[in-house]
Amino acid sequence: MAESGSNQAPETGAFFQRDRQWHPPAFTPGYKSSVLRSPQKALLSFDNTLSELTGPVFGHAMLGELDNDLIHNFAKAGESAIGERIIVHGRVLDERGKGVPGVLLELWQANAGGRYRHKKDGYLAPLDPNFGGCGRTITGEDGGYAFRTVRPGPYPWPNGPNDWRPAHIHFSAFGHGFAQRMITQMYFEGDPLIWRCPIVSGISNKAAVEALIAALDMHSTIPMDALAYKFDIVLRGRRSTLFENRPEGN
Amino acid sequence: MAQSLDRLKESPSQTAGPYVHIGLTPNFCGIGGVYASDLGSTMLNDQTKGERIELRIRVLDGTGTPLKDALVEIWQADAAGFYNSPAELRGTADPNFLGWGRQPTDMETGVCLFQTIKPGRVPFRDGRLMAPHISLWIVARGINIGLNTRLYFSDEEMANAEDPILARIEHRLRVPTLISERQGDNYVFDVHLQGEKETVFFDS
Repeated sequence: MAESGSNQAPETGAFFQRDRQWHPPAFTPGYKSSVLRSPQKALLSFDNTLSELTGPVFGHAMLGELDNDLIHNFAKAGESAIGERIIVHGRVLDERGKGVPGVLLELWQANAGGRYRHKKDGYLAPLDPNFGGCGRTITGEDGGYAFRTVRPGPYPWPNGPNDWRPAHIHFSAFGHGFAQRMITQMYFEGDPLIWRCPIVSGISNKAAVEALIAALDMHSTIPMDALAYKFDIVLRGRRSTLFENRPEGN
Repeated sequence: MAQSLDRLKESPSQTAGPYVHIGLTPNFCGIGGVYASDLGSTMLNDQTKGERIELRIRVLDGTGTPLKDALVEIWQADAAGFYNSPAELRGTADPNFLGWGRQPTDMETGVCLFQTIKPGRVPFRDGRLMAPHISLWIVARGINIGLNTRLYFSDEEMANAEDPILARIEHRLRVPTLISERQGDNYVFDVHLQGEKETVFFDS
């Protein structure tokens, strides 16, 4: 048995069924790239086996000191990224409301002008020589996490003739089971582009969209330094194994 | 009115987009110096037990064109059939094998390569053994929610024939979409997102 980094017995219950109505469907023609990349046949449903219930452990020892500081982790010594300085923090919870420790969170984003450091991004906004655009951290015992970064700019993208992405940060979350694996995007409170975005609009439920909008959190700002946004992430919950039969080998 | 169950909803998925490399494989896309290496890029060391194999995976869209901006993660048991995970209660996995890997598809060819080992057999919920398999998770621009599937092995015909997950596939013509083809020490596996050969994707 691998080290879990926690004194509690590892949980082995199956994950709650995914609510596919809450997520965007695979086929959302307003987002053109989905048209030829969306499976059309029914998914094969089955209760989790060990292959879905298990997952690797990522230890804090793998993290570098600046991994969660995008203002400095690509910058030359003594310099820093340009833009509105922000803290992004929150908790990773599961659907039972429990904080999830040991979750690997990886994030990536455009710079303050809306430009990604990627050869496929040809937007005319300039690169910032001191901004790479990636960061990572691992949640603490209560599921808490924090990053320091700059607020990314919105940018135009080739979909409709004049579509713009709202300012957003991509989040990848790696929980305790491979079936909890997920990627999403964080949006910013008050951004009028959110409700015009073809990617966001793939989500049909307004409350689901709102679950991806980080709130301005004045109590967590650093005066004369950085504003703060709070963004909680929810992973699939786990069934209790209390009354389950224990099949051989499980 | 009944009491509230006080449950939260899972965060809705959003596409990984075209720049997923920046976040998950920054060295691959030229962002050096932030992380020493890309996480999951190496799965083996000299001590890892098991038969060395290479997986050559492609992800094809509805026109049959390979995706050149996708990212694939794999998760598998060790050579003895144990997962390197706290939820593995049956025994201890090979300490020299994490069992998890991550690779981008090549920007020119669309092929993504994993150097790994052939996994052992893992029990199903009722104790029957599943055939050797590797779990896949695929994200890319245009994929709104990550796709889960499995890779099985063409040279495990007997085991495949009694695998409880493969047995659940109603349309038997679709079973081969989950079986990689052995070519020397390599296993070649094409994931079809759409069309006649659409891969069986999972909701589990």
